[in-house]
Amino acid sequence: MSTVIDILSMILMSVGGVFCLIGAIGVLRMPGFYTRMHAASVIDTLGATLIIIGLLLQSGFTLASGKLLILWLLIFFCSPTASHSLANAAHRRGVIPWQPDQGAKSSSKN
Amino acid sequence: MHRFHSISVITSLFVFWLVLSGYFTPFLMSAGLVSCVLVVWFAHRMSVIDQEGHPLALRGGVVSYWPWLIVEIVKSAWTVSRIIMHPRLPISPTMMRVKMTQTSSVGQVMYANSITLTPGTISVAIEGDEILVHALTQAGAEDLAGGEMDRRVSTCEDRA
Repeated sequence: MSTVIDILSMILMSVGGVFCLIGAIGVLRMPGFYTRMHAASVIDTLGATLIIIGLLLQSGFTLASGKLLILWLLIFFCSPTASHSLANAAHRRGVIPWQPDQGAKSSSKN
Repeated sequence: MHRFHSISVITSLFVFWLVLSGYFTPFLMSAGLVSCVLVVWFAHRMSVIDQEGHPLALRGGVVSYWPWLIVEIVKSAWTVSRIIMHPRLPISPTMMRVKMTQTSSVGQVMYANSITLTPGTISVAIEGDEILVHALTQAGAEDLAGGEMDRRVSTCEDRA
């Protein structure tokens, strides 16, 4: 039984890690400021959730699981707030959203 | 209602403290409980505690809204991941305004945060009863403009 749980949690954590990697690749590949933020949000939603579920399977019914759940709630309340203030600050400073017809020059600059 | 709200705040604080501390001896547990009661009492006297900080009234609506939101997040995270790994990076970024039908500030925050939490859409600014949203793709923008999320948040808010 514990081997099954171990394997399952290993799979979940690996898949979570893959999504974190995809998010990081997205941050590098996307052009412009706002589009990069979209890529980053994959990391703190799907990536973090899968890794936390994998860790929950490892810890079972202990205090550590309670702390992990609190951590998950914290991520889910704080990450959109932080993303919004970052986007809002950029909007107020007049960062212009990247458009497909802009050349490669401006995409590397933003 | 007032008393019920205070008891709920005390319970949440106590459970939070218990989970983080891990002390289960009678003396420390009662000391923790007394601290929680005192904190809530002081907060009441200073009137820094309100319905917004501990929106107990939303508990009924949230139970049905969160599972739906989590499914939406997983779906759009998958879509965004596929776009990232696509060789040609098929994005069509759009800025648009969506109307929000929520009346309370807690409901509006819930809607704006749900938009940001869903990969592919970010709430950039709140202007009156509209949210300025940046979407990664045209399709994602149209999805949001369909207004299902707005409707669900409003339903959740109305249950209060």
